[in-house]
Amino acid sequence: MAHGPATLADGWLKYASRWLFTTNHKDIGTLYLWFSFAMFILGGSFAMIIRAELFQPGMQLIKPEFFNQMTTMHGLVMVFGAIMPAFVGLANWLIPMMIGAPDMALPRMNNLSFWILPFAFAILVATLFMEGGGPNFGWTFYAPLSTTYAPDSVNYFIFAIHIMGASSIMGSINIIATVMNMRAPGMTYMKMPLFVWTWLITAFLLVAVMPVLAGAVTMMLMDINFGTSFFDAAGGGDPVLFQHIFWFFGHPEVYIIILPAFGVVSQIIPTFSRKPLFGYSSMVYATAAIAFMSFIVWAHHMFTVGMPIAGELYFMYATMLIAVPTGVKVFNWITTMYKGALTYETPMLFSIAFVILFTFGGFTGLMLSIAAADMQYHDTYFVVAHFHYVMVAGAVFSGTAAVYYWLPKWCGKMYDETMGKVQFWIAFVGFNITFMPQHFLGLAGMPRRYADYGLQFADWNMVSSIGAFMYGAAQILFLFNVVRTITHGKPVDDPQVWEGAEGLEWTVETPAPYHTFATPPQVK
Amino acid sequence: MEKPLRLLLAKLVTLAAAMFAFAIFVLPPLYDLFCEITGIGGRTGGVYEAVEVEIDESRRVEVQFVAANNAEMPWDFYPMEHRVVVHPGESRAVSFFAHNKTEVDMIAQAIPNVLPNNAADYFHKTACFCFDNQPLAAGEQAELGLVFILDPDLPDNVNTVTLSYTLFDITDRTVGAIAQAQ
Amino acid sequence: MLKRAQALFLGRLGAVFALAAAGGANADGLTGQLNMPQGVTEVSQAAYDIHMIMMWICTAIGVVVFGFMFYVMYAHRKSRGAVAENFHENIVVELLWTIVPALILIVMAIPATTALLKVYDTEDAEIDIKVTGYQWKWQYEYLGEGVKFMSELRTSQDEIYGREPKGEHYLREVTEPLVIPAGKKVRFLVTSSDVIHSWWVPDFGIKRDAIPGLFTTGWAKTDQTGVYVGECTELCGQGHAFMPVVVEVKEQAEYDQWLSAKKAEAEEYASTIGKQWTDEELMVLGEEVYNRSCAACHQVDGTGIPGVFPALKDSPIALGPKEGHIAILIDGVAGTSMQSFADQLSEVDIAAVVHYERNAWGNDVGDITQPIEVLNYKQGQ
Repeated sequence: MAHGPATLADGWLKYASRWLFTTNHKDIGTLYLWFSFAMFILGGSFAMIIRAELFQPGMQLIKPEFFNQMTTMHGLVMVFGAIMPAFVGLANWLIPMMIGAPDMALPRMNNLSFWILPFAFAILVATLFMEGGGPNFGWTFYAPLSTTYAPDSVNYFIFAIHIMGASSIMGSINIIATVMNMRAPGMTYMKMPLFVWTWLITAFLLVAVMPVLAGAVTMMLMDINFGTSFFDAAGGGDPVLFQHIFWFFGHPEVYIIILPAFGVVSQIIPTFSRKPLFGYSSMVYATAAIAFMSFIVWAHHMFTVGMPIAGELYFMYATMLIAVPTGVKVFNWITTMYKGALTYETPMLFSIAFVILFTFGGFTGLMLSIAAADMQYHDTYFVVAHFHYVMVAGAVFSGTAAVYYWLPKWCGKMYDETMGKVQFWIAFVGFNITFMPQHFLGLAGMPRRYADYGLQFADWNMVSSIGAFMYGAAQILFLFNVVRTITHGKPVDDPQVWEGAEGLEWTVETPAPYHTFATPPQVK
Repeated sequence: MEKPLRLLLAKLVTLAAAMFAFAIFVLPPLYDLFCEITGIGGRTGGVYEAVEVEIDESRRVEVQFVAANNAEMPWDFYPMEHRVVVHPGESRAVSFFAHNKTEVDMIAQAIPNVLPNNAADYFHKTACFCFDNQPLAAGEQAELGLVFILDPDLPDNVNTVTLSYTLFDITDRTVGAIAQAQ
Repeated sequence: MLKRAQALFLGRLGAVFALAAAGGANADGLTGQLNMPQGVTEVSQAAYDIHMIMMWICTAIGVVVFGFMFYVMYAHRKSRGAVAENFHENIVVELLWTIVPALILIVMAIPATTALLKVYDTEDAEIDIKVTGYQWKWQYEYLGEGVKFMSELRTSQDEIYGREPKGEHYLREVTEPLVIPAGKKVRFLVTSSDVIHSWWVPDFGIKRDAIPGLFTTGWAKTDQTGVYVGECTELCGQGHAFMPVVVEVKEQAEYDQWLSAKKAEAEEYASTIGKQWTDEELMVLGEEVYNRSCAACHQVDGTGIPGVFPALKDSPIALGPKEGHIAILIDGVAGTSMQSFADQLSEVDIAAVVHYERNAWGNDVGDITQPIEVLNYKQGQ
């Protein structure tokens, strides 16, 4: 590659081959990011269908059976297709540069990790067109709805989950190996950027729990096709066992989603405060504490299943405790801003919104952990509101912030700041209009996964749907800004790009050369 | 590939494989064992070998019986007595009525469940129709027996124990197994 | 500009929460309700109380933390001339904001625990009701009373699909509500016959998953008569949103009356439709019904009048599938004088006469038609 990676000028065959066979962490990062955005739009379309149907009481557009497929696919595509690959994309682009490494430890496995994803999602989306329809049992696919009563496509669903899981596991092994083995001389663990720390910890979580998910769907596969009774009471099994196994994966999964988001915000806030991150070591320990505790709280998703009171109390207390290290992080971000010199470019706007809205979601999470109150919240829109606050205003806002922040480094061009700010405000307002009313809906008694509802829920549902369309529009504007930047953006002169930016990735040229740190830098 | 990297990779792959094996082979039996030991989930144990116990005449516990049919299970199935009052330590026999109202031979399995959960450990069945599957020919009726003893160590705050059976149709499964065995 | 907008948003948020606190007293659940209902039982009140405590504590913490943050965002702007300091550690402050939240949590845990103890207190109930979830309806059985019935959504498909205007109780009405007496402790034993459902009555503060193969339990006791509506709260297939829970709490005397009527109904049913009739019983009754209601046209010996009233002896319908035979009696035959007998004859009578027609005059089909089959056919329409 004496003349750099293949471009369109080299012909479409060479260009396609570049992307198909690349082992370059920047290219693979780009692939993951574009894929995740496409999945975000797809999952978002499912959401638009849901909110359009829920705009008014009654069934106007689709049948309840299809509605269940939409809610299921929205969850699956967003969690496994949008959010997780987006942060893996960020990891790929940034981790080697942040630690002064030339690439990931296992570049060919890196390629495989990405390319099985479009394959898996093609299978998953294809189920929508199969006879009997796609998965319709919620993204949490409880047995026996997902076993004895599942549509025929369920086997394809299981296959797709296995492939996604394999992709995550391979990606995580790669990240751990890279971080543990390829840091530049002088970069001790406690000198790594926090984004690298959060990803290192997340990668361990992934390696530990993705196999448990694989186990759960394998047991499902066996119950459905091979006459076993893991989750079937008739054969001596137990549907509640499924829930335990699923949530043993599921709770660490939500921390897998949010920890890299914490990492991103921990990079951006110090830059725009022109001040170092406050309490670096506490941030590392808090992240590790959150990760550890995430393993021992899973049954707070099962408070109504009839657990004995001792178990219910334990899970309540343990869940409440996670608020402590999470709170530490929030306080540290705010104290980073304190007595800094703040400016409010788009990445900072999204990061500040993250701090506020994620914390708000954390508060509703704390409320949810109170088992007696959860009798009223469980499986209602209150839960839906909670997790959208932490996952959308949390993880998605953080991912958006990351793109605005690092895009100049990736492509050497600056995005339009005014458009960025406008996009932020539309997203911020649209998001809150969509999800704040859902708290009221849940408290007033509307359950989740409902295709239709009583008249008393009509007003807030209409408001929520309007907000959803607004939020959806903001994503189109985001896409427009990103594409316009890449094609027509103003070139960036300063490799540091942002006045307060620190870290090895800001020492390389802008745009970042195809190969960086072929010789490791010396870190003081 | 360098040695330290190979070693790390080996460790990570082993961890992934171990968690998978943990989920499939360890978690279900662990869950069963945990439920058995603690009685959580209302699971009762297997055949109980009766030992000589002193009947606690000072205590009266009401034992209720509830029957439920799983989907598509068309049998009539109900307890002959809705509730009995026993002393802990006293052996008592009750029966359930089952009637196969269909025109085909069927096999059923009754799955027991005890409430409150912490009483399950103290509910001993010396004989129960739930230990085996129940075949009934088309139109056949039967009285299915249960002999139980409440352990005298039953926690003091438990005054009512509810034993429920859910009846499942396992004709297809058992027939399949028999056919396979032939 | 940023600070003003954020302050505005938080101000609105505060107003909304104040409204929510005020709206909490509305237990009826009508349009505009913002907050959890206080409900009518000790458990629902406990849930509401701990919910409000948590909400206010979180609001207070939020106001302090975000208030400080907004101040910082305003006062430490670079455009205002702020110069960044360089500190980035402070053990004291870190310890403080680790320990103080932990203490706040411990304080929260105490009322949280007492509230949960109430949820689990199912001992010494006076009435036991078995609740079974089906796709997509509930079955209620009053244990020991012999009363059992299905409770299904009453709202019509026409209303759901917009072909008719929606009634006031859209999706909040059922064929038969659960009825319990005021002032008595009721224990619910909840299970499912197919997939996992969940039985929730917000005004009682009770939500129990309905799991096939096992039972979960909860309780309610209220002095307030009235109608309380709940929902299924676990995805169970396409009818998940269409299987509401409706509970009517009546005064004891009224409840007793209702229960007696229900028992009488159950007994009557058990001796007629619910019963398994024998061949002999059906033939005797069937002959009586036939001679009374059918023989005028089809003749006592079943030969009919050729060209006018078809013969039933050796008829393809009487010798053919049972369902087709039942259908003729229930639906009639359009364009002929064979009317529908669905409203004239009971299910028992129809089953008996169908059985008689299939087995008399040498027809000898040999099958048995039970009243329950006739009922099922009627309900399947």
